[in-house]
Amino acid sequence: MSAFRQSVEAMIPALRRYARALARDADIADDLVQDTLVRALRSEKLFLGGDIRSWLYTILTNLNKNRRRSLARRPHFMPLLDNNPDASGTEAEGRDIARALSTLVEEQRAVLLLVVLEGLSYREVADIQGVPIGTVMSRLARARAHVKASLEGERPALRRVK
Amino acid sequence: MTDRPIPVTEDELHAYVDGELPAERSGDVEAWLAAHPEDAERVQSWRAMAEALHARYDQVANEPVPQRLELERLERQPRRWVYGSIAAALIAFVAGGGIGWFARGEATTRAPLQSFTEDALDAHRLYVVEVRHPVEVPGSERTHLQQWLTKRCGWDVRAPELASSGLKLVGGRLLPGPNGPASFLMYESASGERFTIYTTKAATEATQMRTTTLDKDSAMFWADRGVGYVVSGGNDRERLAQVARAVYDQVEKSGG
Repeated sequence: MSAFRQSVEAMIPALRRYARALARDADIADDLVQDTLVRALRSEKLFLGGDIRSWLYTILTNLNKNRRRSLARRPHFMPLLDNNPDASGTEAEGRDIARALSTLVEEQRAVLLLVVLEGLSYREVADIQGVPIGTVMSRLARARAHVKASLEGERPALRRVK
Repeated sequence: MTDRPIPVTEDELHAYVDGELPAERSGDVEAWLAAHPEDAERVQSWRAMAEALHARYDQVANEPVPQRLELERLERQPRRWVYGSIAAALIAFVAGGGIGWFARGEATTRAPLQSFTEDALDAHRLYVVEVRHPVEVPGSERTHLQQWLTKRCGWDVRAPELASSGLKLVGGRLLPGPNGPASFLMYESASGERFTIYTTKAATEATQMRTTTLDKDSAMFWADRGVGYVVSGGNDRERLAQVARAVYDQVEKSGG
């Protein structure tokens, strides 16, 4: 197996974690990961060095954006089922954080997860989203304020517009 | 006091929590937090949030990777894995009874494909009852029908040959789909049972085959190379599965 493939393979668990938190549905999340991997393998020759990890997160983030865009065009959409077969002992807490995530707009959720869950740098996230670092930071600040408010049972804070 | 430190900004608080703050500034931030309990509380809440996220989602990274995500599979058999899963879906579908979504033997879930599958089933129910005008272009003009739909939809629309399943092409029409145009083909058997094939642009590149049932109609659907396919028919599940498989086989061949 090539070094490229090994690097991709090593990323699968983390991609699954990110996708699960991003899409909040186990099935959709693994579809996203699968599409990401298929695309990555197909583009191996197009990949000229650089950071494979960031590149994979970029593909997955974009695929999810497209997916959501196509859903958004639907006039009506059914609610996602709250299926957390993997909920553990801290089940209630896990549901709370999942629900709080669901109140975020897409870009903010991606920033929060990439920075906090996946441990990427602001610079890397800026590259993934194709925006300046300042935008990443303001998205992160808004995401944290929203999630905090949501966890505390308030309506998402409008006062913290920055 | 002349060496009063520069006030700490909110950005710096985030950078501090995320380990992005220049080392020489962290002492200032710590002093600031000691003097500003409200900011200290916020920083604390962000740390708790990080812990909650890890507590909830790290377990996903620790799960064994599902077979369908193994690179070997994706690489060697970029599409055949879909095929393999069809068998499983068909068995589950036929054996399962009632509502669909057995494709992975997991808890029932919604998928992005669900939305256009509903459109396809709606169209199916609307047109299969039509006696005089079920289609816009009749099956006798197969070549023209395929060219027209391919041109309008933007992917290769081919009417599969389903004579081996005892089905004859009635014809087709263009429909509005969730992501642009959709093609709609209708087939009929000698006894009058009707099946329809709906294709539209899918948000996902490729998926496993899934099933769903709505009242008296059932559908099997999947995505391949960015195109979503929905084969709809009545409630004879075994028959539908057989037709869906014939369709899948031909799509696979024509695209290969």
